Amino acid sequence: MTNKVGQAGTLESCDALVIATIPSEGEGIEIQLDSPSLVSFEKEMRDAITGVLQELNVMCGVLKVQDRGALDCTLRARVETAVRRALAALPEGSERP
Amino acid sequence: MTLDKNVRVIPDTLPGIKNVRSFQAGATSSLAEMPRTPKRCGKIVSTVREALHRAGIRDGMTLSFHHHLRNGDLVVNMVLDIVAEMGIRDITLAPSALFPVHEALLRHVKNGVIRTIQGSVNGPVGQAASHGEFVAPVVLRSHGGRVRAIQTGDLHVDIAILAAPSADQMGNVSGVIGPSACGSLGYAFTDAQYADTVIAITDNLLPYPVTPFSLLQTEVDWVVPVEKIGVPEKIVSGTLKITQDPMRLLIAEQVARVVEESGLLIDGFSMQAGAGGISLAASACIRESMKKRGVRGSFISGGITGQSVDMLKEGLFRTLLDVQSFDLEAVASLACNPNHVEMSASFYANTAAKGCVVDMLDVAVLGATQVDTDFNVNVNTESDGVLLHGIGGHMDTAAGAKITVIVTPLFRGRMPMVVDQVITRTTPGNTVDVVVTERGIAVNPGRKDLLDNLRGKGLPLMDIHDLKKMAENMTGVPSMPPFGERIIGIVEYRDGSIIDVIRQRV
Amino acid sequence: MKTGLRRTSLYIPGNNPSMLQNASVYGADCIILDLEDAITVTEKDSARILVRNALRSIRYGTTEVTVRVNALSTHFGQEDFMEIIPMKPDAVRLPKCEAPEDVVQADQLITEIERKNGIEIGSVKIIPMIESALGGINLLDIVRSSRRITGVNYGAEDYTADIGAVRTKEGRELDDIRAKIVVAARIAGVHALDSVFADVNDSDGLFDEAYAARRLGFDGKSVIHPRQIPVVHRAFTPSQKEISFARRVVHAIEEAKQKKSGVIALNGKMIDAPVVTKARKIIALAEAAGYRDEGVLS
Repeated sequence: MTNKVGQAGTLESCDALVIATIPSEGEGIEIQLDSPSLVSFEKEMRDAITGVLQELNVMCGVLKVQDRGALDCTLRARVETAVRRALAALPEGSERP
Repeated sequence: MTLDKNVRVIPDTLPGIKNVRSFQAGATSSLAEMPRTPKRCGKIVSTVREALHRAGIRDGMTLSFHHHLRNGDLVVNMVLDIVAEMGIRDITLAPSALFPVHEALLRHVKNGVIRTIQGSVNGPVGQAASHGEFVAPVVLRSHGGRVRAIQTGDLHVDIAILAAPSADQMGNVSGVIGPSACGSLGYAFTDAQYADTVIAITDNLLPYPVTPFSLLQTEVDWVVPVEKIGVPEKIVSGTLKITQDPMRLLIAEQVARVVEESGLLIDGFSMQAGAGGISLAASACIRESMKKRGVRGSFISGGITGQSVDMLKEGLFRTLLDVQSFDLEAVASLACNPNHVEMSASFYANTAAKGCVVDMLDVAVLGATQVDTDFNVNVNTESDGVLLHGIGGHMDTAAGAKITVIVTPLFRGRMPMVVDQVITRTTPGNTVDVVVTERGIAVNPGRKDLLDNLRGKGLPLMDIHDLKKMAENMTGVPSMPPFGERIIGIVEYRDGSIIDVIRQRV
Repeated sequence: MKTGLRRTSLYIPGNNPSMLQNASVYGADCIILDLEDAITVTEKDSARILVRNALRSIRYGTTEVTVRVNALSTHFGQEDFMEIIPMKPDAVRLPKCEAPEDVVQADQLITEIERKNGIEIGSVKIIPMIESALGGINLLDIVRSSRRITGVNYGAEDYTADIGAVRTKEGRELDDIRAKIVVAARIAGVHALDSVFADVNDSDGLFDEAYAARRLGFDGKSVIHPRQIPVVHRAFTPSQKEISFARRVVHAIEEAKQKKSGVIALNGKMIDAPVVTKARKIIALAEAAGYRDEGVLS
């Protein structure tokens, strides 16, 4: 099994840093979420993340999200970018031809 | 009848004198009544421990402190370490405020030395309170409310331990000189007046008499010289810079516009604005408006900054009433400018006094962690429900000022700042007049007069409910943080009534 | 309702969430969410997705929202259009236009995307940017190449670099392109938009440049910092004299309409169409600057 990794966003205020690790096979989505707004918006944030993954047909993977108070539209953008980058990336450890 | 050496006859009874005692040289009865105070030769005690011992410290007592050394304070932690060493327990701590440096106190909360806090709770200590680490709920009071509580006996202080930037051997204390100079000692006056025993701790013992003195030998029992009471660079800042953040500047400009159109910006104008980013910038904008209009104000009160000092020098205001000095310029000015006056917290904000400064204020510019659609303001708990800030003079100035302006971004990170209901009500909505955000200005509908003045002036006036909706459109509707049943904090209004309680975060 | 004024167009880097969410609070007439020069090659994708989401969720109110996409001749242009056009920005800023074909190609692509997404054809406008000698020479053909065009702009840095001019604070090297932009814009009936003033700390210099631009015939100026907005607005605010004359003109027209009189005169002088157009423009600028119609002062 190989992993593909993509990263997007920053740790600036109002942004989120997202690292998506997508394995070639496997099941289930794991979301590691760290945010100052967790108490007030945890459900919304998890829904947003899983929503983006569904739109991109991603069924398994690990999403590490370090949120810095991003609005919903920003969080979704960073997850989408990280996942797209992961999908377009070469598997971890492989050499460029 | 007594006959003295000179055959002077003093009758046993005299009209107007209750108990006649005839004079005896060398036996001054007033000193005899204060056996703790050695006659005239000073009050110096070599160790804090000794002073506390002489003050008769025991379990369950209340110890008060002032916060003029801010995050550079070494005294509170030092004294509590000694109290712990002495085996004393169940202390009620009564500081006028605490700072992040006082996180070190938490071990004394855990080991039972500190039972609770009355006065102000900030930062890490507040967090600990929110998580239920204190035996008894902490009591939060405003600067004015704290004075009232001490005066009325609601808060009885057994021992006041006052950091003294300079002191003489008789206990006169100055805040403007010494390595730990902090300027005004405004919050310490009440403690010195009302505590059973007053201990001054200084790292700058000077020959008698030290001047200019703030705390007086008539009130101080003991003086303890120590090596260091504070870390200077953490006590006062250098020049506080006006923010460059365009959004904060935008809010500040809107505040100035509101003040300009309020009808109050005329000769005799008075104001108070904090040292927070937006407030400081708002002062800068008001300063420009005053210059443009040629307005000569009467006073700036509260925490004084270099900017206030400049405005005094420019003749924009006649007087600075200084309860705490925020930066080096303010300290230097207090030391030498007769129009820059130190004031006590009672003079400043005590509703039980025969008159206080806040009642003479035209405009107060204040911050918030939340405002609700009834204009209630929360300054105590963060959006996640954790106790993180003291009240300061918030509810005092709001109650006194003719116009109370709350400045806040509409949301911080993802947290909306204008909400349906504040988590904690610190300052009641009926004392709050205007909320200024970067996206709109809401005027309390109870202030029709003000609304009339502001309408049609090109200001983005909005109903506060629309402001709230606008915030939630951006952020979503936040869930209430989960609270348990147990009360960990009591928010006392300045008149002694209870305006809210804070429950434990679970 | 957008105001139709373009006194200021504020550049917002497309990959900065904090600036994107606050883009409209500073009172610029127009914002430019930038996917081009402000974004490094490695972040083109993240900025594109971020701006797309911002367009979808953030309400920018009465501010005109435009996006500076990458030129279609680059790797990123096509994808920018595919993601951005469906979000219906008011306009795209099209950089590096050198010939009418550049605009026509963009126009066709926009039409295609509008059709596919059920958006009324022609909704998304185009503001071409002239950044080269060739673009300067082809200017009139460019601004007349599409009905989507509502304004034209030039990039001072790129343009001067391309023609080999030395960039100065006085900006005499821009005299020629400025005049061309204004003339072409007038012929095409679109807005003439001036380039940025780079020194954000020099508000006097900014005011002078913006005031000169207004006198030349420009309708607005791009800005790179919120604090430049009030300065440019001030420069684009007509004088009291201009305002009262414009009001009298408009008043005379209304009066003539009511009397059904064909000939319109003010103080014995004929008022023709250009005078009326100019008067209406001045009143719009005056109102945007906070002047209310207090009736005709005679």
